[in-house]
Amino acid sequence: MLSTLDSFPARADAHPMQPRLYRAHKRHRETPDTFTLELEAAQDDAPFTFAPGQFNMLYVFGVGEVPISICGDPKRSNLLLHTTRDVGMVTHALSRIKRGDVIGVRGPFGTGWDVERAVTRDVLIVAGGIGLAPLRPVLYSILAQRERFGHVSLLYGARMPEELLYMPELQKWRARLDLDVAVTVDRGTRHWRGDVGVVTTLIPKAACDPARTTAFVCGPEVMMRFTIFELQKRGVSDENIVLSMERNMKCGIGLCGHCQWGPHFICRQGPVFRYNEIRDWFALKEI
Amino acid sequence: MQTLEPILAEHPFLQGLAPEYMQLLVSCASNVRFNSGEYIFQTGQAADKFYIVRQGKVALETPSPTHGELTILTVGPGDVLGWSWLVSPYRWHFDARVLEVTRAIAFDARCLRDKCDANHDLGYEMMKRFAQVFIERLEATRLQLLDVYAVHT
Ligand SMILES: Cc1cc2nc3c(=O)[nH]c(=O)nc-3n(C[C@H](O)[C@H](O)[C@H](O)COP(=O)(O)OP(=O)(O)OC[C@H]3O[C@@H](n4cnc5c(N)ncnc54)[C@H](O)[C@@H]3O)c2cc1C
Ligand code: FES
Repeated sequence: MLSTLDSFPARADAHPMQPRLYRAHKRHRETPDTFTLELEAAQDDAPFTFAPGQFNMLYVFGVGEVPISICGDPKRSNLLLHTTRDVGMVTHALSRIKRGDVIGVRGPFGTGWDVERAVTRDVLIVAGGIGLAPLRPVLYSILAQRERFGHVSLLYGARMPEELLYMPELQKWRARLDLDVAVTVDRGTRHWRGDVGVVTTLIPKAACDPARTTAFVCGPEVMMRFTIFELQKRGVSDENIVLSMERNMKCGIGLCGHCQWGPHFICRQGPVFRYNEIRDWFALKEI
Repeated sequence: MQTLEPILAEHPFLQGLAPEYMQLLVSCASNVRFNSGEYIFQTGQAADKFYIVRQGKVALETPSPTHGELTILTVGPGDVLGWSWLVSPYRWHFDARVLEVTRAIAFDARCLRDKCDANHDLGYEMMKRFAQVFIERLEATRLQLLDVYAVHT
């Protein structure tokens, strides 16, 4: 099991079921249906600490609550960042939040990516679509202590060029000499001069020594399935393939059973798992 | 004169190929370079070559009813470009447009087909390698068709 909820407790003074108030500082559109909310504490100034990979339950009053990964820099604890895709009722309500509006936040919950275990190793960060959001804190953490890791690559795939997240940052990362960034889209248009093809096609070309590589993977489940095949083909071992899973959630703290997946409650034993822990469940249809 | 053999031996598509086959391949191979914007081939033209890419980037394009020219795949260093030379009627099914200056080794298709017909061991070796590429591209295309990033309601 990875670093658990217990090692990253919800804020000491808060009951985990009680939302704390956060005020929208900024809402920034990333793509036509995806936006990033920057939130600041409305009640107190206590720093918000989290591990890369953890999520919050965001509560739009009168509408509902949804789990959303924290996607900011773990070192910048004054602003809480969430990148969200508008897919339904609550996420749509979040997309309409304006500067100054207040929402409820519970968390941080769940396991993290355990970046520390990847120290001295090569790292492949494989992201599909909105999956880059939960992985961005991994990149921040690694870049803040770059010399402690081997070769580091970000492999990022999206549906179309307009759907790529964090474009200005991607360009900055690309310019770095100590980080390989490969970006591909499933459908290219005439104006797109980058790669076209699914994200898995980037894996055989990524510079890494498979025997000492840790892969952090997040994206739609089908994309992760194919990514696992490719990583295994290259020789990355199952315990070094680390994934973030999603299921519907209610409590977020292992009480209600909504997120049960085989023997796991994704909110508590996950969302981040090593592939060897979930191999048997990953292959099963619709559990 | 420098021979193409060491260059071929380094390319992932031909890695591990026995030296005697490599010599046969070299006699069908030539070094080529294409500038950005150039078409390496266009739909319907005779597929009389295939390429192994050493440097650069090439877009495989096809017209789409809604989006104009659509890029369905880009190929780059380490990739193979073109397999229509292998199957009748030996015509290209897509346009190959150069996005970045591209250096490649071109193989004359008729020369290679004749050699594979004359030496079935070489033919089998080439077929195995191409089958691997077909399967990888087919799997990738299936994944593209699944449209995994769409919102599924
Ligand atoms: C641990 C965890 C972390 C998450 N992190 C993020 C994140 O960082 N950013 C983010 O945008 N989302 C994230 N999600 C997904 C997010 O929680 C859901 O999209 C959200 O709960 C949908 O709620 P809704 O009320 O807006 O949509 P609903 O009204 O519940 O659903 C509307 C429609 O959208 C479809 N839908 C629901 N969820 C998804 C989905 N994930 N992908 C595609 N279609 C979907 C449903 O099938 C339904 O038809 C995360 C989920 C989990 C479990
Ligand atoms: S959401 Fe309630 S147990 Fe996981």
